[in-house]
Amino acid sequence: MEKMKLLAEWKYEPKKIERGYAGRTLYVNIGDRSFKEKPVTEDMKEKFVGGRGFGLKLLWDAVKDTTKWNDPENELVISGGPLCGITQYPGSGKCYTVFISPLTEQTYDSNAGGYFGPLLKFSGWDALEVQGKSDRDVILFIDGDNYKVEVYESPFEDINAVTITEALHEYFADSEEDKRNISVASTGKGAETTNWGCLNMSFYDLRRKTPRLKQAGRGGGGTVFRDKKLAAIVVRKRGVGPVSNNPADISVLQRTGLKLHKEIRDLDDQQNKMRKVGTPHLNEIMNEYHLLPVRNYKFGQHPEASKIHSKIFEKLFTQGIPDGCWYGCSMACAKAVDGFELKTGPLKGKKVTVDGPEYETCAGLGSNIGIFDPEWIIEANFYADHYGIDTISLGTGLAFVCECYELGFLNKDITNGLELKFGSKDDLMELIHRMGRGDDKFARIVGLGIHKMKKVFAEKYGAPFDVMEKIGMEGQGIEVSEYVPKESVAQWGGYFLTLKGPQHDEAWLIFMDRVNKQLPTFEDKAEALHYFPNFRLWFSLVGLCKLPWNDIEPADNVIKYKGIEAAKVPEHVQNYVDLFNAVTGKNITKEELIVQSERVYNFQRVFQLRLGKGTRRDHNIPLRAIGPVFPEEWEARAEYYDNELKAAGIDSQGLTTEEKIRKLQEYRLSQWEQLVDAVYKRRGWNKNGIPTVETLKRLGIDYPDVVEVVRKHSKPEDNWEE
Amino acid sequence: MKWLATYPERCVGCESCMLTCSKTWFKEEDKELSRIQVSSSESGYAINVCNQCGKCIDYCPTLAIKRDNSGVVRIDESKCVGCLMCAGFCPTESMFVVEKREKPFKCIACGICSKECPSEALELKQD
Repeated sequence: MEKMKLLAEWKYEPKKIERGYAGRTLYVNIGDRSFKEKPVTEDMKEKFVGGRGFGLKLLWDAVKDTTKWNDPENELVISGGPLCGITQYPGSGKCYTVFISPLTEQTYDSNAGGYFGPLLKFSGWDALEVQGKSDRDVILFIDGDNYKVEVYESPFEDINAVTITEALHEYFADSEEDKRNISVASTGKGAETTNWGCLNMSFYDLRRKTPRLKQAGRGGGGTVFRDKKLAAIVVRKRGVGPVSNNPADISVLQRTGLKLHKEIRDLDDQQNKMRKVGTPHLNEIMNEYHLLPVRNYKFGQHPEASKIHSKIFEKLFTQGIPDGCWYGCSMACAKAVDGFELKTGPLKGKKVTVDGPEYETCAGLGSNIGIFDPEWIIEANFYADHYGIDTISLGTGLAFVCECYELGFLNKDITNGLELKFGSKDDLMELIHRMGRGDDKFARIVGLGIHKMKKVFAEKYGAPFDVMEKIGMEGQGIEVSEYVPKESVAQWGGYFLTLKGPQHDEAWLIFMDRVNKQLPTFEDKAEALHYFPNFRLWFSLVGLCKLPWNDIEPADNVIKYKGIEAAKVPEHVQNYVDLFNAVTGKNITKEELIVQSERVYNFQRVFQLRLGKGTRRDHNIPLRAIGPVFPEEWEARAEYYDNELKAAGIDSQGLTTEEKIRKLQEYRLSQWEQLVDAVYKRRGWNKNGIPTVETLKRLGIDYPDVVEVVRKHSKPEDNWEE
Repeated sequence: MKWLATYPERCVGCESCMLTCSKTWFKEEDKELSRIQVSSSESGYAINVCNQCGKCIDYCPTLAIKRDNSGVVRIDESKCVGCLMCAGFCPTESMFVVEKREKPFKCIACGICSKECPSEALELKQD
């Protein structure tokens, strides 16, 4: 690669990391190419902790109430958190991206593995804020070895992830060994042509001798990235080691990490086989419990699901390689298919390493679009990453398109020649390539996301909006991730009473609620929808991955603890409390851990409100998410659904299937409203889903500007009756 | 391959191997820092030391662990990031981790301890 043209350079002073914090954040305006260092105050650490908390705080200060995703003042903030980069405990390399989303038009946060978060912090920065828009494609380089930030003109004509990431690891490294000291954030052409742009964060795989890509997939962060004309952000820091975080007490990190390594060594094969198959171990489990989305979530099970069983992927994934996406991750779920020869697209014939597919991709770009072909899924996974498109939104979005096509709302004239039925492998792959090229009008409409597709299909092609409202699996503007939530009332909340839409990083309560029946009342469900979203949010504050929390459990977990307590995995919760205190030198308890999260949870809720969202109206749920919409869905589990009606006290004698469906919908919608009320009450929000001033005060986030937003939008009639 | 054979039934528990080892490699007499660990067992003493099986090589994310020309498994400290996966996954738990060292350490079959052993419980072997 030729020498890149330097457009701007800024030098900074080295700074030692103290107890997990660099103590400052880096601001870059990519428009006027200015740079700034901002201090991290004690209040910021106390109230926002780090990671996503810092991201939201910095974004709050940067935008106006009216800021849209593609306004120059929108930012992309990337931050690790105080535990990010510890090497001793599995899952400690996560970073969190925060931005106003093109899909949801409110704040979004999405996390990625890879080495970016740790290397950014060890370069001296708790967070990176990028604001403004460049006039040309640029590469931002944070040189943590020489303490400078540089902006280069991008030499790339092909702005796609694999090409750019490989070239930049090569360009900035002195040797093969040195490549592991670099991480590249990139996306692809699909992030320009769709709202589903993902960010790929790399780490260099010394054994495979190739960069690997881990995605901050959801919410359209890649689309914001390209809107700013960023071609890549590169960070380089050499010499990372066991005490780079300068922890208060390394012995706790050693002891706790070693204990979990041994747990994984002894139990993973019997539990989830994360080391051998990663998250696709869920493929068959979800199918067994009617939770695997099939044909746009119409069904939860399919006879051909055996073709995407984890046993198949176990053979496809290269075994015996320490597939951690950061040092010390013995869970090693970052599986990869090596030597995969691409059959289609611009890289046809090339042999590549494909990261994944994860469970979500197997379901989204598999069963949900009626495809049960592992090779096809792997190919689609590769190109989605390469083009910078989130595989989850893509899968759910394509599933919606297929159903619209089969319902006759779309035809070949509209799709420019593509027959987009469920299972149309060739034509669906071609649609993905058209998104990657951006030269096809229909592909551009699909890339707007389901929320906007519904409007365009109705206005342009006369498709019935009411039907699409029922079957379009989105909430708050973003596509549902890949679990069928229909039969668990608590999971309706886990998906649709969330801060940013139906992803699954807040709560996964289906087994607890539906299978184990541990949440019988609305108050029980509300309690779970208080605890789990807050507990899981905490990972995003400190820079950790959720998986080593409960994808491995101590052997005696279910003996020592029962019911919901067992689901919390108390011993691992204690690990996290210990790790936090050992790094920061603080002395929090497991209860205070939840309060740390609650502060940021409520702050983000108010942030959504400030941007014109964040009320009860925005917690919408499509009918497909709460039960069958069409007779074929009912008939597939007729006995089960007849019993559901009976259990609800509804006499179904003499009713047609359509009438039964309507009855069940009415019943379940009334349950939904009761759930919303119970959850809002538990969270300390008013009837309209707005945190009360008392809640803000209790959490110590009653900053004047935050209180003002709440006061502006709260009405007396939304207060709960005494 | 060089490796240290152990005969725990001959061990008298004098701990001279441990003291020699730590003195040789860490310049202080501290049993905790020994790459061979002797402990009491029901039948007398147990000796825990690396058998150079090399399983740890496959767990290291930075390729810091390699087998040298004599077949001895060695850690390149400049590459080690102290992730402890090698220690956690060692089948015989002979990769040691202590509070005062940020990185793990193990027997490199130097044989010095076997010379100090008064009861011929240790023997350096070459296969």
